[in-house]
Amino acid sequence: MPSQLVRDNLRTNKLPHIWCAGCSNGIAMRAISQAIENLGFDKKKVCIVSGIGCSSRTSGYMNYNTLHTTHGRAIAFATGVKLANPNLKVMVVTGDGDCSAIGGNHLIHAARRNIDITTIVFNNNIYGMTGGQFSPTTPMENYGTTAPYGNMEKPFDICNLAAAAGATYVARGTTYHVNPLVKLLEKAMIKKGFALVDVMSTCPTYYGRKNKKGTPAKMLKYFKDNTIDTKRVEKLSKEQLENKIIIGEFKNTDELEFTDKYLELIKGWEG
Amino acid sequence: MKVKQIKLMQGNEACVEGALAAGMKFFGGYPITPSTEISEISALKLPRVGGKFIQMEDEIAGIAATIGASLTGLKSMTATSGPGFSLKQENIGYAMLAEIPCVIVDVQRGGPSTGMPTAPSQSDIMQAKWGTHGDHPVIALSPNSVSETFHLTIRAFNLAEKYRTPVFLMLDEVVAHMREKIEIPVASELEIFDRVRPEENDTKYMAYKVPANHLVPPMASFGDGFDFHVTGLMHDEFGFPSNDTDNAEKLMNRIMNKVNDNINDIVDYEESFIKDATTIVLAYGITARSAINAVKTARERGHKVGLFRPTTIWPSPEKQIKKLLKNVKKIIVAELNLGQYVLEIERIVAGQAEVFFLGKANGEIITPTEILTKIEEVI
Repeated sequence: MPSQLVRDNLRTNKLPHIWCAGCSNGIAMRAISQAIENLGFDKKKVCIVSGIGCSSRTSGYMNYNTLHTTHGRAIAFATGVKLANPNLKVMVVTGDGDCSAIGGNHLIHAARRNIDITTIVFNNNIYGMTGGQFSPTTPMENYGTTAPYGNMEKPFDICNLAAAAGATYVARGTTYHVNPLVKLLEKAMIKKGFALVDVMSTCPTYYGRKNKKGTPAKMLKYFKDNTIDTKRVEKLSKEQLENKIIIGEFKNTDELEFTDKYLELIKGWEG
Repeated sequence: MKVKQIKLMQGNEACVEGALAAGMKFFGGYPITPSTEISEISALKLPRVGGKFIQMEDEIAGIAATIGASLTGLKSMTATSGPGFSLKQENIGYAMLAEIPCVIVDVQRGGPSTGMPTAPSQSDIMQAKWGTHGDHPVIALSPNSVSETFHLTIRAFNLAEKYRTPVFLMLDEVVAHMREKIEIPVASELEIFDRVRPEENDTKYMAYKVPANHLVPPMASFGDGFDFHVTGLMHDEFGFPSNDTDNAEKLMNRIMNKVNDNINDIVDYEESFIKDATTIVLAYGITARSAINAVKTARERGHKVGLFRPTTIWPSPEKQIKKLLKNVKKIIVAELNLGQYVLEIERIVAGQAEVFFLGKANGEIITPTEILTKIEEVI
């Protein structure tokens, strides 16, 4: 029997989901539901937009207004939805490949524009849906089916990217640290502006297997053992930070939001 | 407009006026010659009528935002030219399968690639039909004057809303940039069609089920309180992904047939000097302006020549062309490309008349003299 939270927020008749056994996307999806529930949003006004990939199948399971778009374009579709109807609480669920490779341009421009969209990245460091190719967040020297000799490319830090591009709220959580993740998601969702939460997720089937990361539980434990909160970063040396995942808040500022500015413009022409 | 207005304006301007008259409330675009004035004028005018304009970061985002806006219930449009039309194709296919109404203006310029950005062409005609992957329904219109651009933009919105599908307005650089007299009718004289929406209290709403006596499924807007999902995956009548082969076949047939079964409503055309013609020139857009001049001169010289001008390019006016074949023995297809729509005409004619082609792709329009010469050559 699904929990009350699941029944109130997910389309239970669409479950079980298509994700592999041991994938932690489900933990991230549940955390989003929990944050929405905690904030008491009117669910008829919540709109989840997603792209293509494992993460993006989330929209089909969530019982709000849901839009499953094309690869990389979720933020661009969401921009149209939000500007057309600013009363909607628009969120994007995307993956590391979807939002930082094919959709990278939309990500940085939505951040620059500071449009009120909460973007939640299920970051599993791999293209899972297509079978384990390296993505822009695959660490150097890690393996993927298209990096059979190890990844030669330097990865993106999606949080730093979004922050530099102008996002007003940026945070990273993991699917191990669920309660703190829910809190980060809540803060992102109530931010009036472009907010991004990079959610470290696990792909035992492809990333894990290719890189000998062990069982699904071991992959989650890796998050427990190898994360450092942003608040502690300044106190640590470069060596102590090496290969660590920084979690917590990266940026939290307040700036005028795009659709608010547009509505002001329209108001000036009324009457 | 409360009173009829006589104005001098260019085609791109008339396009925006037509869109606003049709009820456009959203424009998402990206600058590209020779369509940019459509963006510029939309940016200026939309906020004055409570509408929204956004310049997106690229062409793909322009169509994506346009589709997103349409899903909230706003009549939406984007405009582009060849290179941008290529970039938009994936999301155009999305809107076709997910049945999201919007208008896509393609101001055709010389191509391929960057080509001749300030020169006219009609070389995206086959791209309009086949540009996006997979089988899909296509409606494409082509005006030949500033005034007709106004009216066909309204028609494009009406057809998009009626059939829940993207509609192409295929302009060319000359129609888009030339300035002509235009009479803007009183708003009450215009026929405007709005999408059919579900009843407010419809608790059994299925986003992709066609109720009895409906052309398409009623379309709910995000935020209206209906539970529905939109996807570019093959989907069931609720809108959820489905790999069921029977379902896929049913859905594909339905989206194709909503256009194919309503060709009489969608297809529009103009015939001049057709009655006793044994030879016709078939031309659309700017080329039809040269063609009518050539046909008139040919008539003065005693040739039984007529002009057939489709204003709906896709679906093609197959029935009407077949009807002409009773008397017509020769058809000259004139178009600003190296042989595109002529292929469709040859398919329709199927050997029942001789088909000749007059084309050009050097950035100049086809002149009346060139068409007249072709007429006298084939007669």
